[in-house]
Amino acid sequence: MQDYQNQKSTVLDILAAHQSMPGSLLPILHGIQDTLGYIPQAAVADIAKALFLSQAEVHGVISFYHYFRETPPGQHTIHICRAESCQSMGSKQLENHAKQQLGIDFHETTADGLFSLEPVYCLGNCACSPAITIDENVYGRVSPDAFDKLLAAHKGTE
Amino acid sequence: MTRLFISRDSTALSLGAEQVVKAVQQQAADKGLDIEIIRNGSRGLFWLEPLLEVETAQGRVAYGPVQADDIAGLLDNGLLDGAQHPLFLGDIEALPYFKNQNRLTFARVGLTDPVNLADYLAHDGYRGLSNALALQPAEIVKHVSDSGLRGRGGAAFPTGIKWNTVMNAPADQKYIVCNADEGDSGTFSDRMIMEGDPFVLIEGMTIAGLAVGATQGYIYLRVEYPHAFIALNQSIESAYQHGYLGENIQNSGKTFHLEVRRGAGAYICGEETSLLESLEGKRGLVRFKPPLPAIVGLFGKPTIVNNVISLASVPIILDKGGEYYRDYGMGRSRGTLPLQLAGNIKHPGLFEAAFGMTLREVLYEYGGGTATGRPIRAVQVGGPLGAYLHEEQFDTPLDYEAFAAISKVLGHGGIVVHDDTVNMADMARYAMEFCVEESCGKCTPCRIGSTRGVEVIDRIIDGIEKDKNTILLRDLCNTMTYGSLCAMGGMTPFPVLSSLNHFPEDFGLTTEKV
Repeated sequence: MQDYQNQKSTVLDILAAHQSMPGSLLPILHGIQDTLGYIPQAAVADIAKALFLSQAEVHGVISFYHYFRETPPGQHTIHICRAESCQSMGSKQLENHAKQQLGIDFHETTADGLFSLEPVYCLGNCACSPAITIDENVYGRVSPDAFDKLLAAHKGTE
Repeated sequence: MTRLFISRDSTALSLGAEQVVKAVQQQAADKGLDIEIIRNGSRGLFWLEPLLEVETAQGRVAYGPVQADDIAGLLDNGLLDGAQHPLFLGDIEALPYFKNQNRLTFARVGLTDPVNLADYLAHDGYRGLSNALALQPAEIVKHVSDSGLRGRGGAAFPTGIKWNTVMNAPADQKYIVCNADEGDSGTFSDRMIMEGDPFVLIEGMTIAGLAVGATQGYIYLRVEYPHAFIALNQSIESAYQHGYLGENIQNSGKTFHLEVRRGAGAYICGEETSLLESLEGKRGLVRFKPPLPAIVGLFGKPTIVNNVISLASVPIILDKGGEYYRDYGMGRSRGTLPLQLAGNIKHPGLFEAAFGMTLREVLYEYGGGTATGRPIRAVQVGGPLGAYLHEEQFDTPLDYEAFAAISKVLGHGGIVVHDDTVNMADMARYAMEFCVEESCGKCTPCRIGSTRGVEVIDRIIDGIEKDKNTILLRDLCNTMTYGSLCAMGGMTPFPVLSSLNHFPEDFGLTTEKV
């Protein structure tokens, strides 16, 4: 875990930039996660103080939304779509294959810190199922073979 | 100079469009060819993406699906002159899949540069707003009412009635909120508009603002759509620069501000009151209704909450009049619905058609059957809360009332095809599991009912007291349908019961078929 003291100024800057927006909490949380990769638990107190909320309220919002995370992600985050369209084209097999190849389950990060694996319910790429994203890039018609190639490319071994 | 078109649409990118762009740029530079690449939206014929179009003396000529490796051969073969090639498709608009559509809302998608305001204006953009600026608010609302437009997000509530309510609600501040939390599996029409013609949404929201006296709009965009986020923000910035947003729009003295806010991966935030809570910076808990958001909406003020496609259909209605739009469609379903063909289908894509085609036509004539070549067994229409249809129901016309008559929903127009390898008990279980995952937790039938639903279906699948548990499942579905606060718990029984009724054999039941 990184020392929050190094992150605190980033959090305070983001708070200062967004504080006057109506309904600013989600933009603030996005800003922090965009910058730091996650929302450090220690930041909750600062956010709560700036917005005149209780820490419980801030934590409640963070934990309500699947996208926000309170632990650092791996170097790359892989989202695999679990929704119906992708299921119709073999996403369950892909999901099992990915878990096996990475040696982790959903919401986990590989020991080498390279990959985090997350489920997602629809990427809007249903015309080319099954779909995944690696970081911000979306990939369609991902077979287990194609998945392995993408993994290799992101490991820098190909 | 020759202009080439390669899409910036997410699905095209997911198939390698970016690599195609790089290959063309590099090889054209090596050969000293004078080209310009326009990053357009997608035409929506996704089995042909990445699609490459070339502007020639004979018009636009398409090639597809093109991979980066194909570029050298294509260029050597006379790509810039629109020469023949195994990937040659000719005029994409002449293909039956495209030609037989009624492209009203999607008129520009795939044709223009989505973030180029001049291109938008050159293709009839902002004509609706220009008309609206000369009208009284009530006249704008009347055009929308006359068009027969109903909410395209799924609930199909008449848009004109909603607008009228907000128009007549006195308040110092009102809001226009665009629901761009397109979470239904099998749907991507909102995304295609936002990536492929974002100005049409901006224009539609601006008109809505004029109609009801709202000066601030928000687009609540799901975080899973990063490319739409970029395209919307580029276009909004350009609209501000050129006086189409902000104070004194086109010297009319009218004001409308617009901002994109990102969601954070909660399906329930597609429910309008949950969305409003989220926009206010809270957990996305569903609100009790009444009061309606039209009276007490965002920050307690009268608010229009409309889906992307509803708002993006407004400019053409204001451009050509409500009657023009109303003349498409059947019965009480007027205008067009952008259908989205997804899942296990040979020709997936977006197909905008007037209401009234049968599902069978869409599935076979245009969709071409399954991608795997196996028979179609079940089709889910209307997202994860939509019912499954079986073969005998494929002749149902795509019309809100015709679907309601057989206890199905059209929803947002998503059509997900499954072949005969699908196990419908698994799909029913998944529907309950999805509800467990995505329930906001406010009401008991949804929060607890879905968990119990997974357990009961598991027992049926495992052969434990099948008959008793089937009765229990039906009873539970009844409680969820009538006891839930919103459509999340209220409609989860649709996929569950349609699976059970149409495919009892998958549950190991023989006598259930309804």
